[in-house]
Amino acid sequence: MVNLTIDNRKIEAEAGRTILEVARENGIVIPTLCTHESLEPTGSCRLCVVEAKQGKRTRIVTSCLYPVAEGLTVDTKSERVMNVRRLVLQLLLARCPESAQLKEMAAEMGVGAEPRFTPDKDNVKCILCRMCVRTCEKVVGVSAIGFSYRGTEKKVCTPFQEESATCIGCGACAYICPTGHIEMETTKTGDSRTIWGRTFKMATCTVCGRYFAPEDQLKYISRTADVPLENLAVCISCR
Amino acid sequence: MTSKIKSFDELKSVQERLKAGRDPKKPCITICVGTGCLAYGTRKLVDNFREELAKRDLTGKIDFRTSGCHGFCERGPMVVISPEKIFYQRVGLADAGEIIDKTVLNGEIIDRLLYVDPQTGEKYVHEDDVPFYKKQTRLVFGQNSKVDPESMDDYLAIGGYSALGKALTGMKPEEIIQEVIKANLRGRGGGGFPAGLKWDETRKAKGEPKYVICNADEGDPGAYMDRSLLEGNPHLVLEGMIIGAYAIGSSQGYIYVRNEYPLAVKNIHIAMRQAREAGLLGENILGSGFNFDLKINRGGGAFVCGESSALFASLEGRAGEPRAKYIHATHKGLYDKPTNLNNVETWGNVPFIIEKGADWYAGIGTEGSKGTKIFSLVGKINNTGLVEVPMGTTLRKIVFEIGGGIPGGKKFKAIQTGGPSGGCIPEAHIDLPVDFDELTKIGSMMGSGGMIVMDENNCMVDVAKYFTNFLVNESCGKCVPCREGIRRMRDILVDIADGKGREGDVELLQKMAQGIIDGALCALGNSAPNPVMSTIRYFRDEYEAHIKEKRCPAGVCRALITYSIDPEKCTGCTLCAKVCPTKAAGGVKKKAHTIDPAKCTKCGACRESCKFDSIIVR
Ligand SMILES: Cc1cc2nc3c(=O)[nH]c(=O)nc-3n(C[C@H](O)[C@H](O)[C@H](O)COP(=O)(O)O)c2cc1C
Ligand code: SF4
Ligand code: SF4
Ligand code: SF4
Ligand code: SF4
Ligand code: FES
Ligand code: FES
Repeated sequence: MVNLTIDNRKIEAEAGRTILEVARENGIVIPTLCTHESLEPTGSCRLCVVEAKQGKRTRIVTSCLYPVAEGLTVDTKSERVMNVRRLVLQLLLARCPESAQLKEMAAEMGVGAEPRFTPDKDNVKCILCRMCVRTCEKVVGVSAIGFSYRGTEKKVCTPFQEESATCIGCGACAYICPTGHIEMETTKTGDSRTIWGRTFKMATCTVCGRYFAPEDQLKYISRTADVPLENLAVCISCR
Repeated sequence: MTSKIKSFDELKSVQERLKAGRDPKKPCITICVGTGCLAYGTRKLVDNFREELAKRDLTGKIDFRTSGCHGFCERGPMVVISPEKIFYQRVGLADAGEIIDKTVLNGEIIDRLLYVDPQTGEKYVHEDDVPFYKKQTRLVFGQNSKVDPESMDDYLAIGGYSALGKALTGMKPEEIIQEVIKANLRGRGGGGFPAGLKWDETRKAKGEPKYVICNADEGDPGAYMDRSLLEGNPHLVLEGMIIGAYAIGSSQGYIYVRNEYPLAVKNIHIAMRQAREAGLLGENILGSGFNFDLKINRGGGAFVCGESSALFASLEGRAGEPRAKYIHATHKGLYDKPTNLNNVETWGNVPFIIEKGADWYAGIGTEGSKGTKIFSLVGKINNTGLVEVPMGTTLRKIVFEIGGGIPGGKKFKAIQTGGPSGGCIPEAHIDLPVDFDELTKIGSMMGSGGMIVMDENNCMVDVAKYFTNFLVNESCGKCVPCREGIRRMRDILVDIADGKGREGDVELLQKMAQGIIDGALCALGNSAPNPVMSTIRYFRDEYEAHIKEKRCPAGVCRALITYSIDPEKCTGCTLCAKVCPTKAAGGVKKKAHTIDPAKCTKCGACRESCKFDSIIVR
C-alpha cells in the first residue's frame, strides 16, 4: 500500500494501480475518452491528464497509465490540466462536429467550440480513441478492424476498406464506441445485421424463436471455445 | 583479416604489424566517397584514378584510398594527397592524370583545384589550414578521412579496437560504467541523458536477455551526421557498442538504421562480417569469454520511429507508435526486456573515453556538457557541411569562422537548432556557448545537432510554418493534441502568411502550444510547438506585421508582397524579361522595365537575376 494525496485528500491505495483507478474508487471524477475496464489503457485521448508532484518534480502525467506511488501529490483540476482538457475537447469538437456525446461532454465541462478551428467534414464521429480496434483484437480476438494511414489521415477500417472475412458481426466495436461512429443496422425483422459494410445472417433461438446472434459469431465461439454449435442455439434469456 | 584474434596481446601485434607495413611518408591519394561527394559523380573519378595509376604502373606503389565523408561536402569531389595533406576541392572527373603527374609525382601544386576562401580571397594548399577544418576539433569524425570504411585493416592500423581490448581484459563492467559516468557522456540523439547512468540502470535491471541498440534513424531534414559516421567509420560505432554491451551485460544488440541509408547499411554489414571473422564480434570476443552479436534492422523512414518506444515497436514488427513511458526502457524496453538505446554518435564517443580516460575526455567541453558535438550546418551559409566542435563553442564561431558567414553579404538573422522541433535563435544570442543546457535555456535544444542558418530574406512566420507542417506530416496520429493540435496551429500560420491572420492569433497559438507541450503523449508532440514558440518569442514583431499591417517584412509570404522595378536603378538590360516565366516583367531594351502585377506570380526569378538590385519587393 502507498499513501498519496489527490485533490488535497489523503488516500491509501494499492501500489501498481493507476491514478485514474484510485481516483475513481474515491469518487474523484477525471474525464476520459479512451479507457474501459475491459481494455488495457493506451493513452491516446489525453483527456485524463493530471498534474502530479513527486518530490520536487511537478509534471503533467496520463492518469490512466501512471502508477500511484508513495508521497505522490495529484491535482486533477489545475490550470495547466484544464488548459489541456479544454484544448483536447475543442480539437475533437472541430474534428467531429456532429457528435452529440462530445458536445454534451464539452458543455458539462463548460467548454465551447473554438471559432478559429474550421470544423472538419469527413471524419463523421470518429475521435480515434482506438477502443473499437482494441476490443476487436483483445476482447473478441479477431482483429477484423485496424488503422490505415498515419497521422492526421489515420482512419479506422477493415483491411483495404473491403468487406472483412474475419469479422463475425458481433457488434462489440459498435457497443464500445463512445461517439456512435460505427454504424450497425439491423433489418426490421431482425434476420440480418450490417456492420463494416458486410451483412450477417442472424440465428434464431431454438426456444423462443427470436433472432439473437449472427451465425458467424456462433460458429466462431463454437470453434474457439470448442463447444458444439448445438449448445449455442439458445439465446441468453431462454438459457 | 581472416583468422581470429584470440587476445588483447594478439590484437596489439596485429595492429603493430599493420602499422609497420605502412610507410607514413609514402604518398597516398584519398578520395571522399561519402554520399555527398558521390552525388557529384565521384565514383567515376575513383575509376579514373585507378586507371591512370595502372597506366603509369603505379598501382600499389602509391597508396590509394576511398574514404567516408570529410565534412566539407559542398566542396566535393575532394582529393587529399598525403603525407603533405594537399587539399584539392571541386576536382574535375578528368583531373586524375594531371593530379598524379604533377602533384603526386612532382610535388607541384595545381592552383585551380585549391580552396579559396570566398570571404577573404585567400588560397589554401593544406587541408589542415583551411579555416573550415582548422577551427574544428575533429575527435569522433576525424578518423573518417584516415580509413576506408570497407577496410578493417585501416581501422586497426590507427589503433582501432584498442579500447575494446583494454575494456575486455583490464576493466570490470562496473569500472567501464564508472568511467563513462565520470566522463559525463551525454546522449547525442536529442535528450542529452547521461549515457553512463543509463548503462548502469540497464545493468542493474532485472530480466534477461538485455538488449543494446544503436539509434540510426536520423530523420531530421538536412541532418546527416549519424549517416556519415556509420558510412565513413562503421568500426568505431561497432567498437563503442561492443564495449557498452560488455559493460551492461548484454549479448544481443540491434542497429536500427533507416532504409534510405543504403551505403550505411552496406558498410556496417561489411564491418560486422569483418569483426566476426576477426573474433571481435560474436562468441568469445578476444578470447575473453564474452559473447555479443548484432543484427541490423532497417526502418521504414518515419521520423517518429526515432523515438525510443516507437523504435522498439517498429523493431518488434508493430506499427511505429510511441507508448507512454512511466517505466524506463532500461527496465522494460524492447520485448519488455531491459534495453539500452543510444545514438550513433554517442556510441562513437565511447572508444575515445575508454582509450584515453574520463579525465582527458572531461577536459573537453563545458561544465555540464563534455566532449565534442557534430553539427550539420546548412541553410544560408557559405560552408555547408558537417562540423565538429567542443561543447561550448559559440554560435558566432560556428557560423562565421567555420561556416564562413552568410553568402552574398546578407545579414544573419537567426539559426534554427535541434531539428524540426527545435527553436530559432536570434542574432542577440550569437555569442551563446552551444551546449545542452544553454540551448534549452533560450528556448531551443540540441536535438541531434541540426543547424539551419537564416538570413534577412527569411520570414520567420514562413519558417515556423515550414517546420510545423513537417511535424504535421510526421505525427503518428495516436494522440489528440499532436494529431489534431499541430495541424490547427499550421492552419493558423498559413492564414497569417496569407494575410488572413486575426487579432488574437498569437495568443491563441501560445495557449495551444502550452496545451500540446503538456498534453501530447510523446516527445514529438511535446516539442512540436517549439518552432512557433521560439519565433513568437524572438520575432513577435514579424507576426504582428503580418496580422495587423498585412505585410511580410522579409518579402517572402506571397500573398502579402508585390514586385516592382525601381526605374532609377533599372538599366533595361532585359534579363528579368528573359527569366520571367509569365512575361510579367518586360519593357523596351535600355529603358527602365516594369512588372505587370496582374501577371506576376511572385516567383522571385527576376529578383535573383537582376544584377542592378532594381527589383523592389514590398
Ligand atoms: C520524434 C523523435 C525522433 C527522434 N529521432 C531520433 C533519431 O533519429 N536518432 C536518435 O539517436 N535519437 C532520436 N530521438 C531520441 C531518442 O528517442 C532517444 O532519446 C535517443 O536515441 C537515446 O540515445 P542517446 O541518449 O544516446 O541520445 C528521437 C526522439 C523523438 C521524440
Ligand atoms: S463486429 Fe466485427 S469488427 Fe466489430 S468487434 Fe465484432 S468482429 Fe470486430
Ligand atoms: S470508431 Fe468509435 S471506438 Fe473506434 S476509434 Fe472511432 S470513436 Fe473510437
Ligand atoms: S505526440 Fe504525436 S507522435 Fe507522439 S504519440 Fe502523440 S500523435 Fe504520435
Ligand atoms: S516575380 Fe516572377 S513572375 Fe513576377 S515579375 Fe519577377 S520573374 Fe516575373
Ligand atoms: S483516458 Fe487516459 S488518455 Fe484517454
Ligand atoms: S561526402 Fe565527401 S565531404 Fe561529405
